[in-house]
Amino acid sequence: MKNSFVILLKSPKFMIGAILFLLMLALVLIYPQINRKDPLEMMALAFQPPDANLWLGSDNFGRDLFLELMYGIQTSIRVGLIAGVFATVIGLIIGLASGYIGGMVDNILTAITNIFIVIPSFVILILISVSINSRSSLVTAIIIGITSWPWTARAVRAQTTSLRGRDHVHIAKISGHSTPKIIVFEILPYIASYVVMAFVLQTASGILSEASISMLGLGPYNTISLGIIMNWALVFEAPVAGAWWAFIPAALSIALITFSLYMMNTGMDEIFNPKIRS
Amino acid sequence: MSTHILEVSGLKTYYKTRLKEKVFAVDGVDFELEEGKTLGIAGESGCGKSTLALSLMGFYFPPLHYGSGSIRIHGNDIMKLSKEQLRSQVSGREIAYIPQAAMNALNPTLRIIHFIEDILKEHRPELSKKQVWELAAERFKTLNLPEKVLKSYPNELSGGMKQRTVIAISTILNPKVLIADEPTSALDVTSQKAVIKLMKDLLDKKYIRSLVFITHELPLLYHVTDDIMVMYAGEIVERGTAEQMIFDPVHPYTKKLMGSILVPEEGMKGQKLAAIPGAPPNLKQVPPGCRFAERCTYAQDECRVGKVPIHKNGSNEYRCHFETEILKEWYAHEQS
Amino acid sequence: MSNRELLIRGKDLTKVFGYGTQKTTAVDAVDFDFHKGEIISLVGESGSGKTTLAKMMMGLLKESGGSIEYKGKPRRLKSHSDRKRYWKDIQAIFQDPFSSFNLFYRVEKLLMDCIKLQGLKLSKEEQYLKMKEACSFVNLKFEELHNKYPFELSGGQMQRLMIARIFMLHPKVLIADEPTSMVDACSRSTILDMLLKLRDENEMTIIFITHDVGLAYYVSDTIYIMEKGKIVESGPAEEIILNPQHSYTRQLISDVPKIHSAWDLGS
Repeated sequence: MKNSFVILLKSPKFMIGAILFLLMLALVLIYPQINRKDPLEMMALAFQPPDANLWLGSDNFGRDLFLELMYGIQTSIRVGLIAGVFATVIGLIIGLASGYIGGMVDNILTAITNIFIVIPSFVILILISVSINSRSSLVTAIIIGITSWPWTARAVRAQTTSLRGRDHVHIAKISGHSTPKIIVFEILPYIASYVVMAFVLQTASGILSEASISMLGLGPYNTISLGIIMNWALVFEAPVAGAWWAFIPAALSIALITFSLYMMNTGMDEIFNPKIRS
Repeated sequence: MSTHILEVSGLKTYYKTRLKEKVFAVDGVDFELEEGKTLGIAGESGCGKSTLALSLMGFYFPPLHYGSGSIRIHGNDIMKLSKEQLRSQVSGREIAYIPQAAMNALNPTLRIIHFIEDILKEHRPELSKKQVWELAAERFKTLNLPEKVLKSYPNELSGGMKQRTVIAISTILNPKVLIADEPTSALDVTSQKAVIKLMKDLLDKKYIRSLVFITHELPLLYHVTDDIMVMYAGEIVERGTAEQMIFDPVHPYTKKLMGSILVPEEGMKGQKLAAIPGAPPNLKQVPPGCRFAERCTYAQDECRVGKVPIHKNGSNEYRCHFETEILKEWYAHEQS
Repeated sequence: MSNRELLIRGKDLTKVFGYGTQKTTAVDAVDFDFHKGEIISLVGESGSGKTTLAKMMMGLLKESGGSIEYKGKPRRLKSHSDRKRYWKDIQAIFQDPFSSFNLFYRVEKLLMDCIKLQGLKLSKEEQYLKMKEACSFVNLKFEELHNKYPFELSGGQMQRLMIARIFMLHPKVLIADEPTSMVDACSRSTILDMLLKLRDENEMTIIFITHDVGLAYYVSDTIYIMEKGKIVESGPAEEIILNPQHSYTRQLISDVPKIHSAWDLGS
């Protein structure tokens, strides 16, 4: 609905989150176009403190940390978004099927969902990551996505179950509409706002998960992500060397991105959730 | 001191919209209620009857605001009291208010006795827990409610029992006036009867002195209240004894309203039901003159301008441009 | 009524929810015969199973036992096209107009869907005229409404649009589940008038599902009284209301406040 979108733009929380996120995105997309150097090029001594030339100093290999950070944020956001898309799509399909069809299908799908919720997803994440040889950032994102869908599935199922009994769904049925059509036109519009909110949350937690497994050294190869920068700092003992610039900016970036996404989510919640709205 | 237990004059209350417009849902209401009497308020949805009930408490929460006018209980204007005084001295003691769907607002995790303890803790702190229980049990017994309800959780009670319990709880301090907003509309006829019986008991046993009953079900009002008041677009359009209002209404709106009553009685079948085309006016822009003119079949040009006078028909008062004789003649003409 | 053509017959119709110890029988071996052009009221309090029975008649719930015959043949709802054919003849109006509308679409879509369900191939012009005719039947102006969203309308207007929908579909049977319980008394008269007019014009069979004995008496030819899943009494409206036989029916009628006789509150 156009109307709620306009209200959304008036929500200070959503706007703070969105502007922060977009500014960060713009920075990491534009800066590499200006500074066209290879982020992996060793151009200074190891652990140089920040100065006018190297804004965030250099890491253990003498690489420009600011440039690395730009690429790292890019990768992290990309991984988070892909993971969010996967989690949302899987959760949506399972939740809709479970809630709309009901009966036996619902029982089975709910059982599966609950199993996935009970098993610590981070453990699965680590196990899968270890067992796969060719880890690209895409593979990592997909792995994160397929371990984090159950919460979306649950929320969607609950919503769908209550919507299924509503009279406009009955009217659509006795108007001869097919089941897929009813799901798309009668159910989806009502849960769209929830799904968008779930997507934002899944993206934020995807970024955190990526950072966590990368920090353990189980993240994607051949790329730079925020978790990998932290991993390097850890492996090459940056904290011992007193090189705070090798890990603090990366950690802050993770915090800032997830903070902006959570702000957007809270802003949306206040507008879409009738309980809080009143 | 007046003999009136409740006296409302010139009461205006309004809702403030997001765009800061004032919408007067209660627009200049005057009425008084004698001790021991009951008053019914009827009207279509959106006519302001629920807002009036809420306004009588003296508490105003946004978006509802107080405009002007007075609400006197035994001559004391409660609008002159502070919020704190209202809460400790008036609410529950002088006036008790049962909002629509009150029965679903009970916290489901607490036992019924807890709600009573809560009220008495504030108003009669000297009572011990045991005394509170005895008092509550005694009250429930006299009202024919089982004592075990006190130990139950709200969800264990049926709809009708829950509503009766809510009424018993809110009248535990013997308020002078009970204001009940649609207390029976969500209930089956059998439970509805039990709720009405309870309210009659409260009156008979003098736990409450007067009752203001708001509903759109006219046959119910006929049996429950002495007087009936009909509201339309924030104003009272007619007021009189229940008997006269049901069988001899004068205002064209009341006339139609009474003509739409459906009861399972001989002669109902095949009768033409009255219908009013259109919808009540938008309260953001009330039309000048008579507010009902737009939908009234008898409206003349003069109805749409100026102030509408109040006429009398016996003890009935109604707000219309025309004298009783003229209106009655029109009605008779229409019927033939 | 017996001289009229039999349209729907229910035999031993039963609906059981849940299984094991949580089994509840909502509708218990119910029989009924509805004829062409007849107005029937199914009267019961909440929990009597009347809405479940209505949902089974609509084909929205599968019966657990017994059968429904339509036009003398057992009704078939196996395939989507079977159901579509059934719903061309059997339509419904629900209690809550606010939940009957999908808030995301304009009013126009509801009426457009009716044209589609009938499989009519019409030009834009003809579509417009058809929708306009349906709206004027229920005293609404299509020109003012078609672009509006449901939440811009009042409850009475929404319920009238639902009747406009029925007017366009002209089904053989209309199941009206408490169609007036959420609208004002004055709109109620209008809505009832319109439904009765539909019956007179199209010989439609109308089944009212209601808790309102007064309404049932006023509109119907035949009344079925339901209590706890069973039909306890049925017959011509006059007989049931003015001379009830079953104790539950008597109780139900005496509990309703009337205006020409006293209302016994009991002791």
